[in-house]
Amino acid sequence: MTVPTPAASPEKASGPQTASGAGPGLEGRTAPGAGPGPGGPTARAGWGRWLLRRMAYGVTAIWATSAVVFAATQALPSDPAMAILGRDATPESLARLRLELGLDRPLWQQYLTWLRGVLTGDLGRSLDSGTDVGTLLGGRLANSLALLVCALTVALALALALGVFAALRRGGPADRLVTSAAVSLQAVPGFVVAIALIILLATTVWPVFPAASLLEPGISPFAQPWYLVLPALTLVVAETPYLLRQVRSSVIDALESDYATAARLRGVPERRVIWRHALPNGLVPAVQATALTTSVLLGGSLVVEVAFSYPGLGGALNAAVGARDIPVIQAAALLLAGGVVVVNLVADLVTVLLTPRLRTGER
Amino acid sequence: MTARPLLRVEGLRVALDSGPDIVSGVDLTLAPGEILGLVGESGSGKTTLATAILGHARPGARIVAGSVSVNGVDILGLPPRELRRARGKLVSYVAQDPATALNPALRIGTQLAEMLAVHRPDLRGAAVAGEIDGALRAAGLPPGEDFPRRYPHQLSGGQQQRVLIALAFLPRPRLVVLDEPTTALDVTTQARVLASVRGLCRDQGVAAVYVSHDLGVVRGLADRVAVMYAGRVVETAALGTFFSPGHAPLANGVPGRPAGPRHPYTHGLLAASPDVDARRTLRPIPGHAPHLGGRPAGCAFAPRCAHATAICETEVPVPDVAGGEHQVACHHPLGGPPGPEEPSAREEATEDATEDVRRENRPIPDRGPSTRAPEDTRREERSRPGAGREPLLRASRISFSYGARQVLHDVSLDLTEGAFHALVGESGSGKTTLARVLSGFGGQVTGELTHDGAPLAVSGADRPAELRRRLQYVFQNPYRALNPRQTVAEILGTPIRHFFGASRDEARQRALDALDRVALRPEIARRRPRELSGGERQRVAIARSLVCEPRVLICDEITSALDVSVQAAILELLTGLRRDGLTVLFVTHDLGVVRAVADEVSVLRGGRLVEHGPADAVLDAPGETYTRSLIAAARGRS
Amino acid sequence: MRARDDGTPHAAQENLPDDGRVRQERVSGDRVRGSLTGAHRFLRDRQVRAGALVTALVVLVAVLGPLAAPYAADELVGLAYGAPAPGAPLGYDYLGADVLSRMLLGGRSIVLTTVCAAVLALLAGGSIGMLAAWTGRFADRAVLWCADVLLAFPHLILVLLAVAMLGRSRWLIVATVAITLLPGTVRLARSLTLGVMGQEYVEAARLMGYPRRRILFREILPNITTPLLVHLGAMLTWSAGLIAAMSFLGYGVAAPAADWGLMIDENRGGLRVQPWAVLGPVVLIALFALGVNTLAEGLGRAAARAEEEP
Repeated sequence: MTVPTPAASPEKASGPQTASGAGPGLEGRTAPGAGPGPGGPTARAGWGRWLLRRMAYGVTAIWATSAVVFAATQALPSDPAMAILGRDATPESLARLRLELGLDRPLWQQYLTWLRGVLTGDLGRSLDSGTDVGTLLGGRLANSLALLVCALTVALALALALGVFAALRRGGPADRLVTSAAVSLQAVPGFVVAIALIILLATTVWPVFPAASLLEPGISPFAQPWYLVLPALTLVVAETPYLLRQVRSSVIDALESDYATAARLRGVPERRVIWRHALPNGLVPAVQATALTTSVLLGGSLVVEVAFSYPGLGGALNAAVGARDIPVIQAAALLLAGGVVVVNLVADLVTVLLTPRLRTGER
Repeated sequence: MTARPLLRVEGLRVALDSGPDIVSGVDLTLAPGEILGLVGESGSGKTTLATAILGHARPGARIVAGSVSVNGVDILGLPPRELRRARGKLVSYVAQDPATALNPALRIGTQLAEMLAVHRPDLRGAAVAGEIDGALRAAGLPPGEDFPRRYPHQLSGGQQQRVLIALAFLPRPRLVVLDEPTTALDVTTQARVLASVRGLCRDQGVAAVYVSHDLGVVRGLADRVAVMYAGRVVETAALGTFFSPGHAPLANGVPGRPAGPRHPYTHGLLAASPDVDARRTLRPIPGHAPHLGGRPAGCAFAPRCAHATAICETEVPVPDVAGGEHQVACHHPLGGPPGPEEPSAREEATEDATEDVRRENRPIPDRGPSTRAPEDTRREERSRPGAGREPLLRASRISFSYGARQVLHDVSLDLTEGAFHALVGESGSGKTTLARVLSGFGGQVTGELTHDGAPLAVSGADRPAELRRRLQYVFQNPYRALNPRQTVAEILGTPIRHFFGASRDEARQRALDALDRVALRPEIARRRPRELSGGERQRVAIARSLVCEPRVLICDEITSALDVSVQAAILELLTGLRRDGLTVLFVTHDLGVVRAVADEVSVLRGGRLVEHGPADAVLDAPGETYTRSLIAAARGRS
Repeated sequence: MRARDDGTPHAAQENLPDDGRVRQERVSGDRVRGSLTGAHRFLRDRQVRAGALVTALVVLVAVLGPLAAPYAADELVGLAYGAPAPGAPLGYDYLGADVLSRMLLGGRSIVLTTVCAAVLALLAGGSIGMLAAWTGRFADRAVLWCADVLLAFPHLILVLLAVAMLGRSRWLIVATVAITLLPGTVRLARSLTLGVMGQEYVEAARLMGYPRRRILFREILPNITTPLLVHLGAMLTWSAGLIAAMSFLGYGVAAPAADWGLMIDENRGGLRVQPWAVLGPVVLIALFALGVNTLAEGLGRAAARAEEEP
């Protein structure tokens, strides 16, 4: 980390003095760096402190999501004891089980017990199957991660390649084709894409891939890639357009920026302008865009997993909601929301590391 | 000029893809080592011309016709690869805004090294470092290991601009094009950067085209000046033609001096330009500069020209060699004895003549010779109500902090009723902050304010409506000060109804009266801010204050975003209002403006009051070194 | 030091109507143009016209379709997965109901809930965001934090949780979809309001001491409506996708009633024999989302252009 020394020159910093910059502000204007969102570190605090604050913010966000999840599941209009024992259970056995599950204690105590369990890795037992939630979801989490990693890798590669391609040919027919295709695909809901792909590539038109991804349990999804193709492709189709358009517009901004023009007027070859000047600056916004779409991707994965009967986390959550299997719902929802928080944290960190102005934390 | 010029531009035309010309029919020549000042107001096409010298037109525009040759090389005819080599090596460019012209992601040293790698690939290792070290030193930047490791955002604006200059001179070009490189800088910084440019050009024998909106900036630098208007060069002459050796704008036809400028636009520009050395009434140029699509046929200046005849409206005047190097593109160039239609104020602006000018032009009441003591000046304020009494607005020991940073330190200021008071300083001096404190923006303020002897709350929210109405504040940027979704009638009507409870009809009538006071046509009332020019918007902003019937008008750099000819009009309006009894506090960085309009001046530096007194007295005999350096910088000397 | 006309792109581009990016030149060029406002100015844009046309068609099918449906939604008139036949151009579904009738009947609920959810999110989110920005300090931070927490939940999962929690009534779906769209709207409205509050005309209004309501509704609101309306378009797309997805997952309209998303889920099993029962609603949902999205994007672009050239 570089700690810049103040300018030694007699000239004083002379940025444009705007009325708001130097003068007293009206009350109610937010102080710089008030929210620890993805605004980046400010002032001379340095980015070390920013990172700590950003992480603390992430932790509180995850905690809050756990509270939301717990509150939501507690309000489910069902009785876990009844769910376990069935409708024919006697009132005495129900009461005994409630006592056993701690359902008679106040909500906050139940929450703390659950939270302690989550922190120690004990996610409880499924009401439906009676198996340990950790084992139940572990394999499915791995499957989902495999699907997401595949989809995100392909989507990112595609978005970068097509986005930069379109930016370099901005205004031309190729750019217009790519952009309008992206605009059209962006709007189409994920499950519609899934159905369309099933019709196209699995059933009616050209049946080459299985319509249902019935993974062999216990074997890595990468060992049976034909089951991955259609679900991953669906997510790629849903994810790429937005990313592509972000890449395109930020690369165009960089290519037409003053510093790129200035470099051209200094005789720097165009290839160098693109690779050294425009792309490093133009691709930073893509990091934030990727993080922003993670939440969309995770939501989409639920639908996709249901549509292709893919045994992943989203599918498990959907099934658990149907079966009112509270511990599974809690664990799956917490995992998904926590994942979004972590991804956003990482994206902020990467953005700061890639941007000297934020990294050195000055001005 | 030597037989073979370094730069020759002939018949250059740059047009938008959509049709209209930005630059049309420009011819220019430049001798080796010569510095040309290219002066024009916004929209005159000077930046377009500057980049066209490097064979570049911005996206959306094209170089349509003409030729540019630098050192015998036909720039516009070069194949792309050769053109790329010529840029930087033969002719290089310094961009206007240093904050955006440097790549924020690359260290300074990397950007300098890239320049050498591109243009002098033979250099290796230590030689590269040595070149970079030398270039930084020549541009007035600290050499050594540390500086090149910095990123652009870690530098001040002045340093960023020096880096751009170092980049431009690094490949040792024959010609450098500088596009308003000091516009965003403070006057003292500006003066130092200009000195660096001058030194570099002299030492390396480099010729330069220096683009500026301000005649004053080029006079300390250029050998020759070309004035642009509406895409054409209207007048080219040696610097001395525009300025006398004493740096006062030159009068026309004064015996024993070189003949003055001959184009009516140049005359207008000079008459509108403030001058730190002599109090003159600034005269706006009547009418508006034409916009791109609507440049008139014939002479573009004709609609604003007092000398225009029928021929001016139909035929474009060709540049005519009036005498030696002096070229004028005008059907009726001025010159010889002053004609009857030439107001004498324009003719007699020399030191001896200022006295007459003051008497003749009522806008600024007779203040007597500026060397007179303040008491005399006050007596000369005649029977102005309130003169000699308690000041109308008094600020005592005002301190202001912005978070942990203290911006103002124990500043005290008195505003005499009916006076035009200027508050001067560079950026960061706290001048705007002080104006905002007086206006009631609140914040972390300590100290006391009084109005008419009675205590005045620091926060506007605690002031009674009456006082909020009496103290009016006009913002710097006319583009953000007016609600874009409201018509001018609504903008003006709201405060009238708020403060006076007037009916809708009455509010409308008063709004129209206010428009009249700021010299705007009543049709303006139906328009929205977007449909107005910068000058018109600023007039509407002033009118919004006037409808409140204020006693004090606090103006925060309200002309700094405007062209000089528009600025002159706004200043004329303000001096007129002051004559009607309004007290004005005018925040500015421009000492020329202070000289032209202010009765009293306060100089701020680093949040402290440095000097205070009658404007002429302070400017003629500054008591403080800092004030002296500001004045010297404003004169274009460093 | 000269002021740059920061934050006012139209200032710099005043003289250059057709050129997007312009080097900053100084302000002048007194010039006047008549103002051209209203819908016809937006309809000049080809993208807006196309989007409006597609949207209008789908909405027309959804709204007027029930009047034209030959059979009732639960009327079994043919064989399960029966092929297209005269009187049933799109064939029969998994129970033997007429696909065309169910398609004509199944749009009303999805279009209605979509629009209601998006409008609700706009009104609630817009007010919360504006007030948070105006109040500042603690309230602002609290609102921002809540929005961030809600944003961590993928939309669909939040709706799923809510529906599982409270049941599958149509209005609950509207409310929960609106809640998932809320955080984004709040953040947008908040940042737009902050941007306008930083403008000097709002400072001027506060300095003059205008009443709070006046500043909020007359000075700030008109300046943030355009981007908020563009955002409404985007929200319509999302909420259509969400609500259809909920139907698809089986949490939407209950079985015998007709609904496009539900139809897709019901007839997936027979995709090989009777694709029309799936393809029909798929195309309609895709067209609706596409039309609204195109319209919103076109409006956004046209509005941005309108800001630049008066």
